[in-house]
Amino acid sequence: MKSGSNLEKILRAGHFAFTGELGPPRGTSVAAVRDKAKHLVGMVDAVNITDNQTAMVRMSSWAASLIIIEEGLEPNYQMVCRDRNRLAMQADILGASALGIRNLLCLSGDHQQFGDHPQAKGVFDIDSTQLIGMVKKMRDDGQFLGGADIDEPPKIFIGGAANPFAEPYEWRVHRLAKKVKVGVDFVQTQCIYNMERMRQWVKEAVDMGLTEKVYILAGVTPMKSVGMARYMQLKVPGMDVPNEIIKRLQGAGKKKVADEGINIACEQIEEFKEMKGIAGVHLMAIEWEHKVPEIAERAKVLPRPVV
Amino acid sequence: MIVAERKPFEEVRAMVKDFKKVLTVGCGTCVAVCLAGGEKEVGVLNSELKIARRLEGNPIETGGVTVERQCDMEFLEELDGIVDEYDAIISMACGAGIQFIAERFPEVPVFPGVDTSFIGVNREVGWYEEKCRACGTCVLGMTAGICPVTMCAKGLFNGPCGGTNKGSCEINSDQPCAWHRIHERLAKQNRLQNILDICPPNDWRNQTPRTIVQPGYKERLAAFDLK
Repeated sequence: MKSGSNLEKILRAGHFAFTGELGPPRGTSVAAVRDKAKHLVGMVDAVNITDNQTAMVRMSSWAASLIIIEEGLEPNYQMVCRDRNRLAMQADILGASALGIRNLLCLSGDHQQFGDHPQAKGVFDIDSTQLIGMVKKMRDDGQFLGGADIDEPPKIFIGGAANPFAEPYEWRVHRLAKKVKVGVDFVQTQCIYNMERMRQWVKEAVDMGLTEKVYILAGVTPMKSVGMARYMQLKVPGMDVPNEIIKRLQGAGKKKVADEGINIACEQIEEFKEMKGIAGVHLMAIEWEHKVPEIAERAKVLPRPVV
Repeated sequence: MIVAERKPFEEVRAMVKDFKKVLTVGCGTCVAVCLAGGEKEVGVLNSELKIARRLEGNPIETGGVTVERQCDMEFLEELDGIVDEYDAIISMACGAGIQFIAERFPEVPVFPGVDTSFIGVNREVGWYEEKCRACGTCVLGMTAGICPVTMCAKGLFNGPCGGTNKGSCEINSDQPCAWHRIHERLAKQNRLQNILDICPPNDWRNQTPRTIVQPGYKERLAAFDLK
């Protein structure tokens, strides 16, 4: 056991993992975090706590992570390369581990131009692949990136992101391979809508032997409306939303669109349960935390195993 | 070359508002090529200043000189007899030239006439593109001659990231994805192995002011008291 996190135990035991997501508030409200968290208790194995998502300032990811631990949830602490250099990152990793955070998701981060401080200096001292390598070095070699020994190294289950849908397609599995090579333990994918492409990517990963070395959690985001689907299709870089998804939502009839979105998500989850090389699902119910119990129920992933 | 942009007139005007005699110094190299601070731009700026100050009833006297390179003391020598006649200098060189003039004439206030923008190329007359951030650890051999530090908005070393959008960068569909192009070019050259290997964290060498003495000149320069 590398970290002893619940997520690691679930995956190592061979259970189909189910993780959720929680965006911290744009303020100091502890109640806002607790309110979102309470919908997730007992529904998921770990909860991603986003780090200044879409480059908007929010309560820090580690702080919100500590709050949800008090609520009985396990955080998957997200860290982006945009806002911190290697010193700050390592300091936060030590602090997070010291206070009981056991999962870390290593990300590049959305460019600051998208957020509410577009004039900010983007740090990008290291990239997400290098961050994964740095955390592994801290954990397994007990050394900082600079080479000095760490007194009591952090215990962290190391996560990364993967996007099977961005071009060039043939590169995607190699990007995963690089993250595996530097030491990632699990990856969570971009929201999946193009199942055909996803099947192809997973097959490539299986064929390359990568799924023996990394747990892949398939990213699922239920569509709430036709507008959301159109927005994701046209405006979100690296997102692949086939027209069939939009047509299906349009055909659902008034007041049934969100329900149809959940149907689509549940069908996806059913397929992922059976798909060779997939170890679980990461449910990104964006600002829809209160719907997670219903989705988990309908996706038949309850009760969550206790390990 | 170093690419610069002329500062907005109002900014320059405000900087020299308290001076009656100003010498505008152009630079005949990079900033002349990119049409920001050469002889012609010196003339234009001086005309603008004179007209504006006359209209406000506070006339200004201007002089204009353009030297070959402001980043070279040899060429700054030409200004020695001239500067004494002025209250202030506007340098239209890049930041390096401006600082070298300020160093040579420490008694005289020196103001920038341009904003230094980047190290770039001349795509077409009047059209320049940034190409290099002078990070000090060149990886262009690995990346098929496309700089990830400059051309990738996130300066990634192990890209392309998941934000690449049909060959464009996520920040802007007009901005090509650097790593998409790196991948494409390396694939054509049958050198994809370059980026399958892990690129370790970069050794940023542009975090302190840098000085370079070429090996053949070390002995010679030791004779100078550089302190």
